[in-house]
Amino acid sequence: MKDFDQFEFTESGKEKVKEIISFYPEGRQQSAVIPLLDLAQNESEGWLPMAAIEHVADLLGMAQIRVLEVASFYSMFNLKPVGKYFVQLCRTTPCWLRGSESLKETAEDITGCKPGETSSDGLFTLIEVECLGACCNAPMVQINNDYYEDLTQESFREVLELLKRGEKPSPGSVVGRKGSEPVNGRSVLSTDKG
Amino acid sequence: MLTVKDRIFKNLYGQDDWNLKGALKRGVWDDTASLLSLGRDKLINEIKESGLRGRGGAGFPTGMKWSFMPKDDNRDDRPHYLVVNADESEPGTCKDREILRYDPHLLIEGCLVSGFAMGANAAYIYIRGEFYSEASHLRTAIEEAYEYGYIGDNACGSGWKFDVYLHRGAGAYICGEETALLESLEGKKGQPRLKPPFPAACGLYGCPTTVNNVETIAVAPTIIRRGASWFNGFGRENNTGTKIFSISGHVNNPCNVEEVMGIPLRELIDKHAGGVRGGWANLLAVIPGGSSPPCLPKSICDDVLMDFDSLKEQNSGLGTAAVIVMDKSTDIVEAISRLSHFYRHESCGQCTPCREGMGWVYRVMQRLVSGEAEINEIDMLWELTKQIEGHTICALADGGVWPVQGLIRHFRPELERRIVDRKTSNTNLTSKSEAAVL
Repeated sequence: MKDFDQFEFTESGKEKVKEIISFYPEGRQQSAVIPLLDLAQNESEGWLPMAAIEHVADLLGMAQIRVLEVASFYSMFNLKPVGKYFVQLCRTTPCWLRGSESLKETAEDITGCKPGETSSDGLFTLIEVECLGACCNAPMVQINNDYYEDLTQESFREVLELLKRGEKPSPGSVVGRKGSEPVNGRSVLSTDKG
Repeated sequence: MLTVKDRIFKNLYGQDDWNLKGALKRGVWDDTASLLSLGRDKLINEIKESGLRGRGGAGFPTGMKWSFMPKDDNRDDRPHYLVVNADESEPGTCKDREILRYDPHLLIEGCLVSGFAMGANAAYIYIRGEFYSEASHLRTAIEEAYEYGYIGDNACGSGWKFDVYLHRGAGAYICGEETALLESLEGKKGQPRLKPPFPAACGLYGCPTTVNNVETIAVAPTIIRRGASWFNGFGRENNTGTKIFSISGHVNNPCNVEEVMGIPLRELIDKHAGGVRGGWANLLAVIPGGSSPPCLPKSICDDVLMDFDSLKEQNSGLGTAAVIVMDKSTDIVEAISRLSHFYRHESCGQCTPCREGMGWVYRVMQRLVSGEAEINEIDMLWELTKQIEGHTICALADGGVWPVQGLIRHFRPELERRIVDRKTSNTNLTSKSEAAVL
């Protein structure tokens, strides 16, 4: 089991750290705090142990409390361990209008979790989040880095079942439309005229 | 309807290549150096003439914003910065996402042209952290642009040095507010700054900075190429150009679409989104510009035009031009209550009227959803929203109370009905359990 009391970036992580810091002017390396915390979270099974926060503070010459207040301000940073699949259900009005509540039922049913909980096998953490910015493809859910869009209870069930079996469902619209084009075909950009 | 040749976003649905090869086919990076050779003043004037107003929600005239940056003859030794706001988080809004993932070069070229017009040698694109695959498209496009010399030490052979950096956020609606975004970019909590000083005088790292929305920057090169008069030939005075509309909610075919500014709302929905579910007569209300502008009942939706001034006349706003459609099956009180939940969650906590007020508003809204309120609480809520509005550093709290004001303005009978029903029957409506409000 991984030791979360200590943290150091992997070798490839260290390269990325250098590159990220180089994006900001001399003396402004504090700007790298969010990207570095994100990188640390990726290398730490999806959450930020204190050791990682302290390490980022040391790297950037920041007081630890300044890094902690950033880590606790932004919703994407998890300060507690999460499951292998971090399931974020969009609950805001555009998704709600198109059935996000029913997706919550499906997620609870399959994972056995209520929002805020992690399943006992460590596979899923379920949370409800605010608008994820894919409203024309509502209802949608984010799982780790991927968006799953145009979901119904049935298709969402399938996505979760695939994950349970260790397979990777293909992200994006589950009904196969391209981006946010109208589902029955484009009204524009389909002919030379429109 | 717009013809293909007048569309700025020719790959809105990602039907073609999003990378450099595809972008070149669509005319991006076509002799961009000649645009820069017009010089800073001409570029800014052309944008002013075009009537372009910011596409991020506030609708501030873009050319005027650019003109606030120090001119060459009175600039000091501080660098100038362009910061692109790609923190798209306003509920209902998902237009910048399509530019970022399907036409990233359009944005990068826009960074060069507008950055040059402000005397900036660097642009930071602040993209919301959840847009992971969008960020990876954009990163690839930036690498391509460097590789082929479109940006870098001698951008497009113009002699102008121009760097573009991608910066991912980490989940905070407030970072869409321009000074909160700058704080976040400097590695701090995203809490808005007091203004003045405005970013053009003292922005990123204390340097002259302009923050613009993705769509605003992405349309700039096309406006310069085709001329201000082409752009302002669409729409009407003060409301010119084309615009991407996001249509979500109870329509048959939710979609993004680029249309002429000022298109009638009904035409927009019928022509592009397949109409309201169950037909136009089944329409209850529309929020016309993201989540912040007040909702409009069907009677106004019947003939309102989708532009800044028409919607302002109806006590609402164009905002981000994201149209959230609600049919007659909608529990409108719950729909608005969910927005109150959103703003309560997203308040940065800096100003008391917002930190406390958004919670108050949400709690009263919950009572109105279930009808467990007194009739006089409707007026109390109205008064509360008026106490919050205008009393905070940024506009988040304003955006948080406007939806509630719209609800009371147009749906007061529904609010009263629930309260009366609850009192008389005391059965059929039950309060929804919600997580404790901390």
